[in-house]
Amino acid sequence: MNKIKNLSDLRKIKDDLQNKIKLRENSNSPESVVQIKVGMATSGIASGAKEVMSFLIDELDRRKIDAVVTQVGDMGYCYAEPTIEVKKPGQDPLVFGYVNTEKAKEIIEKYIINGELVEGILPANYQSID
Amino acid sequence: MHLLICGGTGCTASQSLEIVDKFKAELKANNLEDEVQVVKTGCFGFCEKGPIVKVIPDNTFYTEVTPADTAEIVKEHIIKGRKVNRLLYLDPKEKEHVSDSKHMNFYKKQIRIALRNCGFINPENIEEYIARDGYAALGDVLANNNPTATIDIIKKSGLRGRGGGGFPTGMKWEIASKNHADQKYIICNADEGDPGAFMDRSILEGDPHSIIEAMAIGGFCIGATKGLVYIRAEYPLAIHRLQVAIDQAREYGLLGKDILGSGFDFDIDLRYGAGAFVCGEETALIHSMEGQRGEPTFKPPFPAQEGYMKKPSNVNNVETLANIPVIINKGWEWFASIGTEKSKGTKVFALAGQVNNVGLIEVPMGITLREVIFEIGGGIKDGRKFKAVQTGGPSGGCLTEKHLDTPIDYDNLIAAGSMMGSGGMVVMDETSCMVSITKFYLDFTVEESCGKCTPCRVGNKRLHELLDKITQGNGTMEDLEMLRELSHVIKDTALCGLGQTSPNPVLSTIDNFWDEYVAHVVDKKCPAGQCKKLMQYVIDPELCIGCGKCAKDCPVSTIKRTDYIAPGHKLASMEIDQSKCIKCGACQAGCKFNAISVK
Repeated sequence: MNKIKNLSDLRKIKDDLQNKIKLRENSNSPESVVQIKVGMATSGIASGAKEVMSFLIDELDRRKIDAVVTQVGDMGYCYAEPTIEVKKPGQDPLVFGYVNTEKAKEIIEKYIINGELVEGILPANYQSID
Repeated sequence: MHLLICGGTGCTASQSLEIVDKFKAELKANNLEDEVQVVKTGCFGFCEKGPIVKVIPDNTFYTEVTPADTAEIVKEHIIKGRKVNRLLYLDPKEKEHVSDSKHMNFYKKQIRIALRNCGFINPENIEEYIARDGYAALGDVLANNNPTATIDIIKKSGLRGRGGGGFPTGMKWEIASKNHADQKYIICNADEGDPGAFMDRSILEGDPHSIIEAMAIGGFCIGATKGLVYIRAEYPLAIHRLQVAIDQAREYGLLGKDILGSGFDFDIDLRYGAGAFVCGEETALIHSMEGQRGEPTFKPPFPAQEGYMKKPSNVNNVETLANIPVIINKGWEWFASIGTEKSKGTKVFALAGQVNNVGLIEVPMGITLREVIFEIGGGIKDGRKFKAVQTGGPSGGCLTEKHLDTPIDYDNLIAAGSMMGSGGMVVMDETSCMVSITKFYLDFTVEESCGKCTPCRVGNKRLHELLDKITQGNGTMEDLEMLRELSHVIKDTALCGLGQTSPNPVLSTIDNFWDEYVAHVVDKKCPAGQCKKLMQYVIDPELCIGCGKCAKDCPVSTIKRTDYIAPGHKLASMEIDQSKCIKCGACQAGCKFNAISVK
């Protein structure tokens, strides 16, 4: 390791390193970033939820979008697996069904970035209590 | 995903390092080592339920994890996304498992400033510290090149010494900066000696770089190029992590010559203490570092005038220093907005004793004891009744029910007859005898008194003898008056803080638990049933079936058969000869008919 020579050096190194612990920072204040829950019960996994989750993590990372992607249990939409719930800061969560990687990309581009609604929103059949 | 595993001393003692290795092996076996990061962190504070494993990003908080549980966590949680319920924290009141740390009462009321990185970063990795804004405060301070302005920020923030006294830190720096000499020193006091207090250790183990950064900032402000950490040799893990951190900081050019191109030189050395309580007193600490006997000397001269090697020195406690970088980064206004009028910021307490959630907590000044004990601490163990809480360790006092709603800060605690001290907080329930507790603290101060001044050396010994006499059942009302009088004399005449505060436990318990002292002296009874000499094991002849098991269990053969046969029983009941009984309790433990009780 070369010595850090001045303050701007230090700031640059900090920016480079920040990604390493970003996940931890975001989990400290999940309400301020996009939260995505991927239903990963048996039916979800069988329908490819794992690939969708990996895709979401990589894609959001690549686009430098602050988000927390968590796996959760069965959300109750077994007919529409894989399902994901997306909660943007300050908004009500939306649940999307039949999400493959293509659909996931669309959700990121249209809903998360531009705020447009996309096909495939499932009617909410539950309320979350915090 | 990140797996954070506690690597503090407490959890390490319960095999947390093995858990780290096991996780790494399990993840490798499942080809997940690239997706899941395993991080050994500092203390989470929830030591009651260690070892702790926290899963990020969902903040799942697993407690009392064993190496054998790792396979299940990987298989169930990481692969299938199902939390392992049996390892989740069980709320003592609701009797329900709590899924993540955000919903645990233990964390809800806490604000973690000094402990911000404990349980969050890997303390042996400087990069994680830098990623958390580490060394940015030092960078700013050096770039601005205005020590007076920096001291002013610390002064305005209202930060006061966290080691016990509560002296304003900014003022301390200002005094040291105004004394001119060819060499000055900044000293970190890591001689944590209060029984039960371990916040300084946890900070050094969990976030050593924050101390290094703060010392460099302090050094720059007062004009010292040399920093010394006085740390107990009993803290091997803290010493190791601090040394690793110092080496890394040197490697990155954050210690050494010309730091960040500012022309400022600063380096840190460690000095080990042998674990004497009095060496936490700054003059004694300095003598010990110089290789002299660890004895205090009269102030003035203050260390800021004539300290280590007769040079101006500034001594700060670990927790005080841990606050410095955040104050610089976030501004004094932010810090001063937390807390009460005269006590700003937060305080770390080591919560111990008869509460459900024992551990290390950081709360804003001004929080009430009730919130700390009943919300964060989860209430008294086994549903027993709260009796008292001891704050400030051997120098502090006992507070009772009537103080529960007092906001905690330096001045309120002193007004209530106790003190902040370094932040020990021992909660006692109805089974604690206040006279015995006081005797315990005096045991400690008698042992730790350096012996230099007579009030402390002889006076505390006499206090201890009087307390012993009372617990033996030989006390008189004159003894109680004597306790009070002697305490005041010691307070007024002892040389250093140790002696001046050692009678505090006596005075506060006499004030708050006078009836209990009187019960010991006049009725010869210990209401809490703790003083052996004052209790009697008694057999209820109506319940005793005369089986004779107690007589066999008795190691000194004091139990004999009487000639009374209770109605409905076939054998005569047993009886204890009180003059020979050694109160070991073996008879009571062995009786299957609950016929033996303590009176």
